[in-house]
Amino acid sequence: MKKLDIIVAYDVNTETKEGQNRLRKVATICKDFGQRVQYSVFECRVTPAQLEELTHRLLGVMDEEEDSLRIYVLHGGRERSLKAYGRDRYVDFDGPMIL
Amino acid sequence: MISQLLNTLYVQTQSAYVHLDHDTLVVEVDKTVRLQVPLHHLGGLAVFGNVLISPFLIHRFAEDGRSIVWFDQNGRFRARLVGPVSGNVLLRRAQHEAYEDPDRRAFLARRFVTGKIRNARHVLLRAMRDYPDVGSRVEAAARELENCLKEANRATDLEEIRGVEGRAAAVYFSVLDCLILNKDAAIRFEVRTKHPPRDPVNSLLSFAYTLLAHDCASACEGVGLDPQVGYLHALRPGRPALALDLMEEFRAFLADRLVLTILNRRQISEKDFIERPGGAVLLTDQARRTFLEAYQRRKQEEITHPLLRQQVPVGLLPHIQARLLARYLRQDAAEYAPFVAR
Repeated sequence: MKKLDIIVAYDVNTETKEGQNRLRKVATICKDFGQRVQYSVFECRVTPAQLEELTHRLLGVMDEEEDSLRIYVLHGGRERSLKAYGRDRYVDFDGPMIL
Repeated sequence: MISQLLNTLYVQTQSAYVHLDHDTLVVEVDKTVRLQVPLHHLGGLAVFGNVLISPFLIHRFAEDGRSIVWFDQNGRFRARLVGPVSGNVLLRRAQHEAYEDPDRRAFLARRFVTGKIRNARHVLLRAMRDYPDVGSRVEAAARELENCLKEANRATDLEEIRGVEGRAAAVYFSVLDCLILNKDAAIRFEVRTKHPPRDPVNSLLSFAYTLLAHDCASACEGVGLDPQVGYLHALRPGRPALALDLMEEFRAFLADRLVLTILNRRQISEKDFIERPGGAVLLTDQARRTFLEAYQRRKQEEITHPLLRQQVPVGLLPHIQARLLARYLRQDAAEYAPFVAR
């Protein structure tokens, strides 16, 4: 099955208590699909169906008036489309995982 | 027909705690999160020694059909998770019927053994091609395996088939040392020893076979077969006879070749083994890690399946063979052809 590397970036208005709750929920959903690479930026490797589900779940939580969500699909995979500098804790979930 | 090769997470850090957090798996060591992985990346979890797994994670893995296997700190198999969805009752009936039918049972046993011998021979031929100076003993052994193969193909009686298998294994192991090009005096192979392995090479082989047996058991369960009802291997309580049957065709191709490569590249050497009082030789944590890493990488390499003529990751081969076996047992296919490397 083809997998897509995607970047999820979000911006949630946290002035209110509801906003802080939304932020927490958004982060939890993103973790179910991928990993945090910056404070509100996640990288996920998902199938098209999972991308659909992720989007659906995020839209269910966000407030479209207050928050912003951007999903970038890295065509050709992250190896080709991404240059990362500095501290990087990215884990390749498809590589050997031995702890 | 082919499911995806999902990753296995190995945890050997002692007193680590593995638990579920929403749809992710979290590993904590000393109350610090060391890894968080979305479940959709994971096909299984393998833990060594004192690693705690939360009940909720166990329940979830059982429900999803993901595997959990427990090894002791030395890499010996201890337990495996069995969930509620354990396959298809009609397929398991077909599996028992084939067991009761002497002809079909012998047919399968023969196929597993010929698969094993052909792959063992392939390892020898490959070494002769790549390293022309491995010696004439290897060549003679390869010829002898050719004879064993003919005998195995003619054998109709289960005891006879097992006899040929034993002889072929002895021939093959008698020249295994010639394939270890690393000339360290400590890294030598004389004879296969197990429970416990008594030298470094045997220690690595045992570990490789343990991992492979677990992968074959998961493959059987994955297609709904009962891993305990085998054909070549006698039934014994708790013994995954079918997984061991299926494993025969992969021993040389997956386990032995990887052990040889690692030793020949000196990725693991004399200092990576511990000798215990009583003569058991064990791998260090670091060596086990090196081996697991190599094993995982090997499983991700793609090869063309000789029968399906399709590119598949090496790690999926046991699953594919289990599926072909299920087809034969259900009588959807007249044949079962073991996997044979090219």
